[in-house]
Amino acid sequence: MRPKVGVLALQGDVREHLAALEAAGAEPRTVRHADDLAGLEGIVIPGGESTTIGKLAVRFGLFDPLRAAIAGGLAAYGTCAGMILLAVGVTEGDQPLLGVLDVVVRRNAFGRQNESFEVDLDVDGLDTPFHAVFIRAPWVAKAGEDVEVLATVGDHPVMVRQGHVLASAFHPELTDDPRIHRLFVEMTG
Amino acid sequence: MERGTTRVKRGLADMLKGGVIMDVVTADQARIAEEAGAVAVMALERVPADIRRHGGVARMADPTKIEEIKDAVSIPVMAKVRIGHFLEAQVLQALGVDFIDESEVLTPADEEHHVDKWAFTTPFVCGARDLGEALRRIGEGAAMIRTKGEAGTGNVVEAVRHMRTVTREIRRLGTLGPEELMAAARDLRAPYELVAEVAETGRLPVVNFAAGGIATPADAALMMALGCDGVFVGSGIFKSSNPPAYARAIVEATTYWQDPEVVAKVSRGLGEAMPGIELETLDDSDRLAVRGW
Repeated sequence: MRPKVGVLALQGDVREHLAALEAAGAEPRTVRHADDLAGLEGIVIPGGESTTIGKLAVRFGLFDPLRAAIAGGLAAYGTCAGMILLAVGVTEGDQPLLGVLDVVVRRNAFGRQNESFEVDLDVDGLDTPFHAVFIRAPWVAKAGEDVEVLATVGDHPVMVRQGHVLASAFHPELTDDPRIHRLFVEMTG
Repeated sequence: MERGTTRVKRGLADMLKGGVIMDVVTADQARIAEEAGAVAVMALERVPADIRRHGGVARMADPTKIEEIKDAVSIPVMAKVRIGHFLEAQVLQALGVDFIDESEVLTPADEEHHVDKWAFTTPFVCGARDLGEALRRIGEGAAMIRTKGEAGTGNVVEAVRHMRTVTREIRRLGTLGPEELMAAARDLRAPYELVAEVAETGRLPVVNFAAGGIATPADAALMMALGCDGVFVGSGIFKSSNPPAYARAIVEATTYWQDPEVVAKVSRGLGEAMPGIELETLDDSDRLAVRGW
């Protein structure tokens, strides 16, 4: 059975995540309303603008059901904006956060768009480096004790896992390498 | 570590999908846009409706204004350069804006050549009325396309025309055999490789937003229903009677364009939309969409 995995489809690179999940062996579907969460085994929060996605989720009554579902064990994966939304805190500003991943994230940590980059990245659990695309990307400024760091750029964690919650500052959905989505699909089992 | 790659440039446009990019002329307006849920702001000296009224040569905004707006928000900041004015583009890149709009809304600096966008680290968005124009801009390095529409009119008719034209031409390419693609490239006046790519994938190789004349939540939802990836709103927000309410409603309608109930709900009690202009009343010399080729 292919696990049913939702992609939060309020704004961002939803289409790329749907394709990556399909390639990784899941049955993807979009989530725009709270009742779309029923029957899911995993949820992806895509790249996009975290302030936009967070505000829309609050205004349309998705925020609390989503938080409750993840807190209750629904596997979750956030990329870039998704990582920010999963976090318990951000270093600057005030925005809605789900608080299900014990990290404090620094937004746009690498800089503005001119500092966006791609790089071959060593990721714990993968045999060969992963070609990672960072776009106005955040990094993890502070991680709790239960958070496992899976990849770093310089000294900064850019991919972390805490139990059933996975997050990366980069965008595996923008490349054709399905390994990280496969890792997440396995976490839904 | 590689910066300014095609993937990184097109990737930022991917992150804007499903979102609304708003024209702003002050830091306060930028904060209203961010608070409403905009995915990016376009920093301008004047919104298009005022550029029309003001006349004269419209140029890149003052760097001080762009810096103020950059400091006011955490979302990406875009700014416009005149068509072909690569020096203005170099200035915007040096200022660290996140996206450069080579825009027909400003007075063109070069009637024959657009900017060589491959030469820049900062990604570019360009306007297009049809598929050939879109592919010429992508051939020059644009990482994002938008319809030209007719900016500053509050009239969506030209944006609809441009989007329908692009969609129809993409569909038509899909029906052609390989031996027909070179003639199609000739007719579209577009690079053969890009024509062949679109024929195979059935879509533009970059994100395509709606722009030019979008004034209401229903306008934004209409453009999404026609297949746009997101929406630029120029004068439509800050020329309405209640900018925060309009901004928020247009963001919500862009996300929930498939739910007419939501569009109905967010459209209630917004007050006056920006005043519109009938296209027939515009002189040819006042049409911005014909600038560039």
